[in-house]
Amino acid sequence: MNAPAFANYVGQSIPRANARRLLQGRGTYTDDLRVARLVHVVFFRSPHAHARIVKLDLAQARAMPGVIAAIDGVTLAKFCKPWVAVLGHLKGIKSPTQHAIAIDRACWQGEAVAAIVAQTRAQAEDALEKIECEWQPLPAVTDMEASLAGTQVIHPEFSDNICFSRELATDGVDAAFAKADLVVEETYDFGRHTGVTLEGRALLADYNAAENTLTVHQSTQAPHMMQDIFSRHLDIPEGNVRVIARDVGGSFGIKVHVYADEMATAALAVMLRRPVKFIADRLESFLTDIHAREHKIKLRMACTKAGEILAFDLDDLTGIGPYSVYPRTSGIEGNQVVNLTGGPYKHQQYRAKLNVVFTNKNLTCQYRAVGHPIAVAITEAIVDLAANKLGLDPAEFRKRNLVPDDAYPYTSAPGMKMEKLSHQQCMDKLLILMNYSVLRTEQIELRKRGVYRGIGIAAMIEVTNPSPAFYGVGGARISSQDGATLRLEPTGMVTCLVSVTEQGQGTEAIFAQIAADAVGVSVDRVRVITGDTGITPYGGGTWASRGAGIGGEAVLQSGKVLRANILDVAGVILQASREMLDVRDNHVIDVRTGNVKLSLTELGRIAYFRPDTLPLDFQSELMVTRHYTPRGYGFAFTNGIQASLIEVDIDTGFVKLLKHWCVEDCGTVINPQLVDEQIRGGIVQGIGGAMTEHCLYSGDGQLQNGTLADYLVPMAAEMPDMIIDHVITPTKTSELGAKGAGEAGTAGAPGAIMNAINDALLPFNARVTAQPFTPERILGALGKI
Amino acid sequence: MDTIIETTLTINGESVTRRIPVRQNLVDFLREEIGLTGTHIGCEHGVCGACTVRVDGKIVRGCLMLAVQADGRNVETIEGLSDSGEIADLQDAFHKRNALQCGFCTPGMLLTVQDLALQNPQATREQIREHISGNYCRCTGYQAIVDAVETTLIARNSKA
Repeated sequence: MNAPAFANYVGQSIPRANARRLLQGRGTYTDDLRVARLVHVVFFRSPHAHARIVKLDLAQARAMPGVIAAIDGVTLAKFCKPWVAVLGHLKGIKSPTQHAIAIDRACWQGEAVAAIVAQTRAQAEDALEKIECEWQPLPAVTDMEASLAGTQVIHPEFSDNICFSRELATDGVDAAFAKADLVVEETYDFGRHTGVTLEGRALLADYNAAENTLTVHQSTQAPHMMQDIFSRHLDIPEGNVRVIARDVGGSFGIKVHVYADEMATAALAVMLRRPVKFIADRLESFLTDIHAREHKIKLRMACTKAGEILAFDLDDLTGIGPYSVYPRTSGIEGNQVVNLTGGPYKHQQYRAKLNVVFTNKNLTCQYRAVGHPIAVAITEAIVDLAANKLGLDPAEFRKRNLVPDDAYPYTSAPGMKMEKLSHQQCMDKLLILMNYSVLRTEQIELRKRGVYRGIGIAAMIEVTNPSPAFYGVGGARISSQDGATLRLEPTGMVTCLVSVTEQGQGTEAIFAQIAADAVGVSVDRVRVITGDTGITPYGGGTWASRGAGIGGEAVLQSGKVLRANILDVAGVILQASREMLDVRDNHVIDVRTGNVKLSLTELGRIAYFRPDTLPLDFQSELMVTRHYTPRGYGFAFTNGIQASLIEVDIDTGFVKLLKHWCVEDCGTVINPQLVDEQIRGGIVQGIGGAMTEHCLYSGDGQLQNGTLADYLVPMAAEMPDMIIDHVITPTKTSELGAKGAGEAGTAGAPGAIMNAINDALLPFNARVTAQPFTPERILGALGKI
Repeated sequence: MDTIIETTLTINGESVTRRIPVRQNLVDFLREEIGLTGTHIGCEHGVCGACTVRVDGKIVRGCLMLAVQADGRNVETIEGLSDSGEIADLQDAFHKRNALQCGFCTPGMLLTVQDLALQNPQATREQIREHISGNYCRCTGYQAIVDAVETTLIARNSKA
């Protein structure tokens, strides 16, 4: 490919074409579809964290107006096979069998034990009131440490509550701690929080009994994964299942999992032979959308008095609810904490212990930045603690320990292989960007006046573009490759079908930019279609910051071949050597003169409608499919660094977020504005978890704040302006060179916030280590309450 | 079991008469009965702002108002404001600044922002942030929205 042509659109902040419909309220989210004979399902959910069903009487509910079916777990199990969420490469992971509707026993408050289908949602909800259920409450295990101790075992088929355990150690950990001048140790708590997609989970399943076909409209990140799941669990040939995800109202990892109530909805469509819709309302979203991040971690770090980090020693305990979530499992978040803790630094010794335990709370699973916010926060908190004890500036301490930019390829102490990172460049850029030394001076001055500001820094590494090593090797039928089909239309337009999905992050926009450059057309001539297993190539979808790097490379490679195929046609039409021709700006040109020889509209007309004018032995191929699988490295690691400036009101414990910075290296930046907005949105999601968001459970497993009024999502007035910058180190594993950016903000923000608060509290010799950092906890640390 | 009341209201300039169950929310009525699906349902308890519509010139939460309460009143939704061109400049600024991602909050956000622009065309960034605090956006982190609103207000003021 000619270098200049591949530089027109990639790198430009072109507004997303698909945003126009959303701005006019003319998008199509799942609940916006209008379907004949549609019926609505609602679920009867357990009010207990753990209870046996003594009697479940659906007769009165069934007799209510508009009710079409009232179904329990036993009946539905005939239409939907249960599942067990384990992966082969998470050695020893175990989980009980989970049904679409629970049978005999509910294991968390919110688990569905019956379904009502009615002509309207209101009628179905009316009928819910008429269900008679007699419960025998069972002991609820809600505390992680109690679960690990195993006094009460939740599942009778197991002898303990441990879902998954892992231990990892390099050879010289004890020796490193023995020779250390300083050993710092701290325990960190992370509260559960959840994604709060503004559009709740949504699924509309339509079964055609004549053809044995199932069409599922779903608000999902992974249509092909769901196609496979529906096929296997509802026993319908995969080719007969079509999953369509049109506009998706936020996902963040929430919509990449198998939910029992969604499986039940699809099964009900088969059972009732008609379209059935399930829309999670906000209250059931809090009870059943996956939660994440409930961890208690003891971390030790050894270093020399010169400020060299020697070793980390980690003990992580996480509680995941009563089931591992299908099919990705609930072992991954803890596994990531083990893999990533200490990640930016060059110590050689590392030991980690992980215990993932069952509890009687809602399930937890992978939510935006999976494990990173925890690994980054604990690493960066203990690094700051050590810097304080050594009397070193936190930035200087980090500089001494970051893996140098010339050390790559590099393998971290836990064994993560990294191609090329840029910690030092990012750090240097950050300190200039935020005017670090001026802020420090200002901080000292303000303290004298009783104003307590804090500056927090958090360096990070991030897993993006995962290879088959993430899920595929463990036996999960989750594609790590993605595909792109590009077709030149007779009008000279390019249609681009991609298996990565759009969740609002701008996937379709960047694919249009890449396709336009690769083929040589203007970006307004590219129409991108995603989110339909009946149409697009096969692929993984959107998760783990993989869309741009994997899907983008597939589009690029497909576009290059389409361009070559266009030139084959042009060469024949023009009876010219194709080496003398190129495609630029919607035309075939003579590369020597730059003169236009033929428009793509004319080329398309001849190729499709007048191929009789072309030689007998020539057949045009104006549709091309290419796929891309990341290989060579398990992940395309990225890196970045964030900083937060905050002010603590020491009388009220309130924290004011003044400013936030992020310097990030995601390789090739395809659309700078889209990348920056992904990072900004991610930062605020990270801030939410660090500051306000918390799924609070009582000791007996009741969710205390499952409404949007009680669960505090960041609001506009509280959030800071964020300054974003980049260092660009393209990955050489692909021609595009793009790595992921969608989770970086969330990965680093909590650590930066935590350090900023503790920096502000430094004069009081106070520290907070339990997220979220509520005013109550800050006042507690200050000894005021 | 539902009491039904015949209700006549104006929706985006068109007079509509329907027999409406008294318990039906305005947003459900607009979406299910009229097919105006641009108004979204995010929480159904008046917090998130996704269902914001304009009734007699004032923004309200479509999930906290009953449809029958709109009898005799003038209801405007994102579709109406889009077609009239009233917020075309705002929509354009949101588009250019990427002040939306998934777009689910966007219709409600735009109605709220237009309400601010009409009430306080000189609003500062802080006042913009305050005014949209009842509209949750989970994707953008809000900064791009504030930028787009600020740009629009400045442009409108320079024309005025």
